[in-house]
Amino acid sequence: MPPMHETMILVIGLVGVLTTASLVAGILSWRAPKPLSSTLVNLTQRINAWWVMVVAITVAFFFGRTGMTILFALISFAALREFVTLTHSRRSDHWVLLGMFGLIIPFQYWLVWTAWYGLFTIFIPVYCFLLMPAITALNGDTERFLERVSAQQWAVMISVYCVSHVPALLTLNVPGFEGRNLLLIAFLIITVQGSDVLQYIFGKLFGKHLLSPAVSPSKTWEGLVGGLAASSLLGALLSFLTPFSALQAAAVALVACLMGFLGGLVASAIKRDQGVKDWGHLIEGHGGMMDRADSLVFAAPVFFHTVRYFWTV
Amino acid sequence: MTKLHLRANTFTLLQTVTSVGLSALAWVVTGVRPIWNGSQPSERQRIYFANHASHGDFILLSACLSEKVRARTHAVAAAEYWGKSRLRRYIAEDMLSSVLIHRQWTDEAQNPISIMLSVLDQGHSLILFPEGTRNTSDEKLLPFRSGLYNLSMARPEVELIPCWIENMSRVLPKGQFLPVPLLCRVVFGPAVTIAPGEARRAFLERARQTLLALNPRPDRDD
Repeated sequence: MPPMHETMILVIGLVGVLTTASLVAGILSWRAPKPLSSTLVNLTQRINAWWVMVVAITVAFFFGRTGMTILFALISFAALREFVTLTHSRRSDHWVLLGMFGLIIPFQYWLVWTAWYGLFTIFIPVYCFLLMPAITALNGDTERFLERVSAQQWAVMISVYCVSHVPALLTLNVPGFEGRNLLLIAFLIITVQGSDVLQYIFGKLFGKHLLSPAVSPSKTWEGLVGGLAASSLLGALLSFLTPFSALQAAAVALVACLMGFLGGLVASAIKRDQGVKDWGHLIEGHGGMMDRADSLVFAAPVFFHTVRYFWTV
Repeated sequence: MTKLHLRANTFTLLQTVTSVGLSALAWVVTGVRPIWNGSQPSERQRIYFANHASHGDFILLSACLSEKVRARTHAVAAAEYWGKSRLRRYIAEDMLSSVLIHRQWTDEAQNPISIMLSVLDQGHSLILFPEGTRNTSDEKLLPFRSGLYNLSMARPEVELIPCWIENMSRVLPKGQFLPVPLLCRVVFGPAVTIAPGEARRAFLERARQTLLALNPRPDRDD
């Protein structure tokens, strides 16, 4: 069970923010000329999807480590499916692809659930890294070998390994913080996802100088700096959830959100390379799971190791 | 005359359970979503014709139709394959409510066109794979066989809807039995009709090109 006091504050805060967002979108739609512009329709869809996501995470929250492990295993499944769909594979890859879904995801999350840190941290980067291309080579199909193998490696690293670091936060042993690790997950998700929204808002309001026009037409320096500053402040405000002081919380949030930004940039580069705009169509208004989770993917491992290095014994 | 397998105008309980179960499975594995690009969902009588590379194709296409339409839509499958054993025939006919036809036939009772027409004459729709077999070549789409033309000449009021099934050949390639979860879409295109005086070959090639043009990612080579 999560600590009730902080959980109540979080739930009330999130419901408050989303209710406000829904009200604003509702009023805008009500006053706007019909038919509604695609921007307004998309805004409403996005907010509705946020409601669903908040409810899903809250439900998992109350089921503790088991709930979180299952939720993020499902997120990995959806993300991996999008990644493999997008990248090149051949008929001879069938069994390797099956293994990614049927063996690697369950085993990695079983390692999280049993808190087997030693194997959790090397299973994919060492054993899968070596064995997956070995199986592909044994299959004897060398056509575009390196491209296929790299895509498989990236797929499991991004969608499974990195994502699994979110529930793995529950296995950390922070002195004086026992039984409260779920709040670290809440802190990470709220700051990183909040940072995405804040960067978007600052970019829309003040954005002038494109940060990387070749990769993303919407990311600006103004959005990045404003978004990061605001989300560091958000991190400081949420320090009551964490074992960090306010200043530490701001610094940790800054690092996590910077990684999140880089994750979004890399995801955009992959999409551009593959000639698509979205990873998929799972979440109405947002695109696919990876469109929503790309920042979390990059932030989670760094956040995990920051906490583990500085705060655990 | 071979036994006609449409016992009633609706599904049996077994067929309903199978169809709902398979559609749910298709969604879990492929997140399948229909893209209506030139036609709209409708209860009118149609022949849905699609590219074919996998046993999963017709499940995916069915999953994009409403429960009501699905109960009156039958996939046309090869009797040479699905009639081979009692188990296969049971799966094809009693569970999936497919219509089995012989690709090679001599006995007039096995005439595939007559069998398909008899289904249409009961007001039902068909799912047809005009390539005639699962395509495992590097070609995106094999030349069409004549069935589509013959059926449309005989029943011009039935709409011919091209349906491009994306990715299913990667999910469940020929010869495999475990599906890899990949996202799939089914693109439904504009109805095709035989132009006045249009020759069989010309029509079949035009229908084939219409289907090919629906492929949302023609650049992909897997």
